[in-house]
Amino acid sequence: MELKSFYMAFTLYSLIQTAILCTNAIAVLHEERFLSKFGWGVDHGVGGFGDDPGIKAQILTLIRSVRTVMRVPLIIVNSACIVLLLLFG
Amino acid sequence: MKYQQTKPRARAAPPTADSVLFDDTSSAAPAMNSQGYYTPGYNMAGPSNNMQGGAGPDLFADPMANAAMMYGSSLANQGKDMVNKEISRFMSVNKLKYFFAVDTRYVLKKLMILMFPYTHQDWEVRYHRDTPLTPRQDVNAPDLYIPTMAFITYILLAGMALGIQKRFSPEVLGLCASTALVWVIIEVLVMLLSLYLLTVHSDLSTFDLIAYSGYKYVGMIFTVLCGLLFGSDGYYVALAWSSCALMFFIVRSLKMKILPSLSPDSMVTGSSAKPQFRLYITVATAVFQPIIIYWLTSHLVR
Repeated sequence: MELKSFYMAFTLYSLIQTAILCTNAIAVLHEERFLSKFGWGVDHGVGGFGDDPGIKAQILTLIRSVRTVMRVPLIIVNSACIVLLLLFG
Repeated sequence: MKYQQTKPRARAAPPTADSVLFDDTSSAAPAMNSQGYYTPGYNMAGPSNNMQGGAGPDLFADPMANAAMMYGSSLANQGKDMVNKEISRFMSVNKLKYFFAVDTRYVLKKLMILMFPYTHQDWEVRYHRDTPLTPRQDVNAPDLYIPTMAFITYILLAGMALGIQKRFSPEVLGLCASTALVWVIIEVLVMLLSLYLLTVHSDLSTFDLIAYSGYKYVGMIFTVLCGLLFGSDGYYVALAWSSCALMFFIVRSLKMKILPSLSPDSMVTGSSAKPQFRLYITVATAVFQPIIIYWLTSHLVR
């Protein structure tokens, strides 16, 4: 009953869950099949080689780097999550 | 080196940069330890043990136990080196040491500025040959000591407040602590993301952002204390006061770092939207503080 007063109380476990879900969501965005339809493909982003690329280029770089870097760790973490959730519910 | 061994406490002229931070006596300590330890069972100084190979029979009557003790201490040393190496891959410990190089005068002045920033004139962070000055020498430099202590004090105060209202149980304390920690992490991540997306080339490192977002805990402690002492009216008055002070403090501090200085060769054509966005970031950060203070403290003061 005391916990009801904590509106939207976070635990560290929910933070880990959120991080895994968000990273999965970013890693799933496929370039050719999905992002090109929005004009966010690989050829659209890297245009300006001026001082500062715009927001769109930064977002595309971020998505691509997350996909490249986190691919293998995500496989491991997702498998571990699946196994743990199957075993312990 | 020999001079340091004979007088470990003396502040010799520091040749390297990071001895400005701390008078690191740990490297000079083993030279004292070999004479200073009377209880060999608790001898934790690894290097001095290796030097004490010839003095083995003095510590234990049984040479086997002595050999086992030296082997154990060398294992512990290896473990310690490995842990240090792994940690220093993720964050540099020297950079972290910079944030904890504080002294009493700095802490008092900083707390005064946090609660009453309106009379502080000079908000520039001073540099010393390209490296920022430590908090000991510059009152505008961010530090991590105050946020850490304020965070822990806030958790203890939350426990006390709940105990006064007879709503306390140990898991509530852990929940409060992790909630506050998660909000800090969320805020730092959002700040980092927005700074990256808008390509703001500032020298704000991750630790700086953690420091600036940890300063709100001082305001929270003040608010909760007033709420406990003076009831609900005192809570709202203290909330308004610390929100204004904190917003002013954040805006003035981040303005120096995020908003571009007026340079004659600024890229006016390509960055017409940029000063606007930088202002938005600063103001959004400032506005976020009172919201979080209210969110995290209102349930403590009913």
